[in-house]
Amino acid sequence: MTDTNASRTAPKASLLTIDSHTKRRQAAEKRFRVYGIVAIVIGMLFLAVLAVSIIRSGLPAFTKTIVEVEFTLTQDEFDAAEKQLFKTKAYAGYFNAALLTKLREQGLDVEVDAKAIERILGKTGGTIREFYRANTEQIGQPVAFKLAAASRVDGYFKGRVSRDTLQDSRFMQLSDLDLVDALYSAGIIRQVFNWTFITGADSGVDNPGGAGIGASVVGSFFMMLVVLGLSLPIGVAASIYLEEFAPQNRITDFIEVNISNLAAVPSIVYGILGLSIFIQVMHLPQSAPLVGGLVLTLMTLPRIIIPARAALKAVPPSIRDAALGVGASKVQTVFHHVLPLATPGILTGLIIGLGQALGETAPLLLIGMVGFVARGYPDGFIAGFTDPNSAMPAQIYTWAARADVGFYEKAWGGIIILLIFLLTMNILAVILRRKFERRW
Amino acid sequence: MPFLWLVLILLAIAAVGYALGRARALASSGGDIVQLHSLPVYYGSNAALKSLVPALAVLAVWLVAQPIYVTNVVSGMIPQAQIAEGVSDSLALSEVRRIADGLDLAVANGALTEGEARDGNADVGALTQTLQDAGAVVTNEITAQALAAAQRFRALSAGGAWAMTAVVIAIAVIGAFVGIRQTHKDFRARNVVEQGIRALLIAASLIAILTTLGIVLSLVFNTIEFFRLYPALDFFFGTEWAPSFTGRGGASSLGVLPLLWGTIYISVVALVVAVPIGLFSAIYLSEYASPAVRSFAKPLLEVLAGIPTIVYGLFALLTVGPLLVSVFGEGGLLGVNWQGGGRAVITAGIVMGIMLIPFVSSLSDDIINAVPQALRDGSYGLGATQSETVKQVILPAALPGIVGAILLAASRAIGETMIVVLGAGAAARLSLSPFEAMTTVTAKIVSQLTGDSDFASPEALVAFALGMTLFILTLGLNILALHIVRKYREQYE
Repeated sequence: MTDTNASRTAPKASLLTIDSHTKRRQAAEKRFRVYGIVAIVIGMLFLAVLAVSIIRSGLPAFTKTIVEVEFTLTQDEFDAAEKQLFKTKAYAGYFNAALLTKLREQGLDVEVDAKAIERILGKTGGTIREFYRANTEQIGQPVAFKLAAASRVDGYFKGRVSRDTLQDSRFMQLSDLDLVDALYSAGIIRQVFNWTFITGADSGVDNPGGAGIGASVVGSFFMMLVVLGLSLPIGVAASIYLEEFAPQNRITDFIEVNISNLAAVPSIVYGILGLSIFIQVMHLPQSAPLVGGLVLTLMTLPRIIIPARAALKAVPPSIRDAALGVGASKVQTVFHHVLPLATPGILTGLIIGLGQALGETAPLLLIGMVGFVARGYPDGFIAGFTDPNSAMPAQIYTWAARADVGFYEKAWGGIIILLIFLLTMNILAVILRRKFERRW
Repeated sequence: MPFLWLVLILLAIAAVGYALGRARALASSGGDIVQLHSLPVYYGSNAALKSLVPALAVLAVWLVAQPIYVTNVVSGMIPQAQIAEGVSDSLALSEVRRIADGLDLAVANGALTEGEARDGNADVGALTQTLQDAGAVVTNEITAQALAAAQRFRALSAGGAWAMTAVVIAIAVIGAFVGIRQTHKDFRARNVVEQGIRALLIAASLIAILTTLGIVLSLVFNTIEFFRLYPALDFFFGTEWAPSFTGRGGASSLGVLPLLWGTIYISVVALVVAVPIGLFSAIYLSEYASPAVRSFAKPLLEVLAGIPTIVYGLFALLTVGPLLVSVFGEGGLLGVNWQGGGRAVITAGIVMGIMLIPFVSSLSDDIINAVPQALRDGSYGLGATQSETVKQVILPAALPGIVGAILLAASRAIGETMIVVLGAGAAARLSLSPFEAMTTVTAKIVSQLTGDSDFASPEALVAFALGMTLFILTLGLNILALHIVRKYREQYE
């Protein structure tokens, strides 16, 4: 290297012995390599921690704790209960008696009072009375009631609530857990798959158990229909123009600069655009998947145009020359020959763009698609676009922002569902690319 | 749904035009395709395009323009005196719209006949009662002017809808007619259709410009409106952020400095995490790793970029935040009591850094790969080790590109919303400790625009000024980054 180095290393005894300078250089080389490995390992570690915490915290959302009691109400009991002043209390009494008998049969002897059962199961009388009034023919026959346990009982089974951390309150007392344990060993309390979480809509702020993501999945679906329906034709048309027809001039340059800048505009700015243009100026309905879809379309377009242009560019000029040579017009060349060959690349970019749109949250919050709007399914296909609804990521955000810890589990569970959708889309994109992409 | 029907009718007219155009072309050549100038498809498409495209264009413009026109007319009817009393323009307008919706509802329920709903001399008190009984959300004191405005609003909207349907269908029919009339065996249908397709392609690529224009206009107008209500100097140089939602104006301090400080602080923490990890992974993957390791590690790192930001937000709030508190908080592993709650600058910063790792690494990877092999060979030929080559030859050569990549990552960090909304907290403060909760420009845009506040109040309008600040900041960083990257690329190509 430099002269001073050369003079210092000059009196070398043998090439076989490694002097201190070479040793230092080799150590530096080794260190540098280790830094790289460490960096990659840290990156992987983050990914692993993320995956583990999603799965560990999210899986409990798919189970719920229920109490199943088979119990027969005779006609006499029904008549007697209906005559009473506190009708639901009478029904709760029958239910508690049945529960107690069941426990005794199993040889378990625990203190059971009506208050404790109400804390564990909520107001059972009302549910039972509703059932029998609606299904009078079931009176006198054994009916298996499946009642959802209270949020804290659910938490006890999922490790959210433990004997050490529980403080006596009107929601739950330490002694109730003894009863819960007894019910568990009697097989009356058990965990089942939580269909409500998949098919249900958002519940109130105090009912994490009843919250489901179904309605906002439907909201996301209608939004994606809008995004697909608009961004596919517009994106493909724009990229065909820019790649195949546009003359090299300032206007084309301006459009290209615009597109690359739009791809980097923060998503929340698109939310502001949607709020002021679509809602304040055009008076489209608030919280509607239609508006959400329009905003996401504008956001996704540049992210679709860029890969679509790359796909068109990858089609070799010989294809175009051949088509033009046998007399096809420029438009025919592009639509009959270039576009079909570029389709796999365009579709891959489209699916990835749609995936990004599906996971986007911030702009949706600004146009009113927050989680608590998703209270039910839309009435029909058209209403699906215009009725107030939420979307999966916005629903997850709403749950994460709520005070009740029970909703955190739902938020993680929602993320699992969202990631399943994204994973499916990305695998589809990879398959498309592997299967159809041609290399020239 | 009349709108859907209208679109279906237009499509039907276009289809009929297509069939007639095609048939007429074939008839004009006596059924001999060779006699035609273009293929029969083009004669049909000509008629269909001529009917569909202008009609849909007019429909789109009408849908945008009608609400604006109606709003203008109606807002002219509201007496200025009422607005001066402190009821804002948009508030009075939304009341008018609510009354109009209430009238629609009442008519639909049968509580009112169409004639009663239009009656200009109706008894206001009785009408209010009827509307409320019908389940409409109206105030208890509808004024006569507001009622008149609402009735005018309904009349204009209904009239507009009819006029729109009539005009659009007429345009479609005329277009189809013109297209069919032109059809003749010598008519150059293909050239005309191709011109039309070209025009459509141009229109599609102009959407990008329209979007930019929409963003700029919506930000500029609302920002100007904000600066009319709140002094610009106080916004740019105010060191306190304390919006009030009780009073209207005056009581709020809306200084942007604490928000900018929080934004920059969190972004810096994120870059401190992302740049070394991303850069070293990129160097290792492009210079050292075997193809097998590369094909396995690169996609896995890029998975981090495909995860939605809401997932990172939740990760910050529920996993990283509590974890950091258990290290730096009271009774934590280090025995120091620095961090009070999970939401802090460092929480959001670290998680955002994780999100940016693949961003930095794949951009740097591309740039390092673009450094010509000859430079490496020259360095090895002089006896340099691999790491010396990287440090003294490749990195200096790739430096502009890497700086560009870091700037792009910084612009992403500044514009990131969900991680800071969930992980950084809501308190705006100017503090040096990374363990304290701070807030950012994006988080405040969300909180100012998702509340119930009136859109005309400075507390809501400030979000647009914040959006403007954010837009200019990220745009500036992007342009700078792209400029640096482009300039660098020219050196080797």
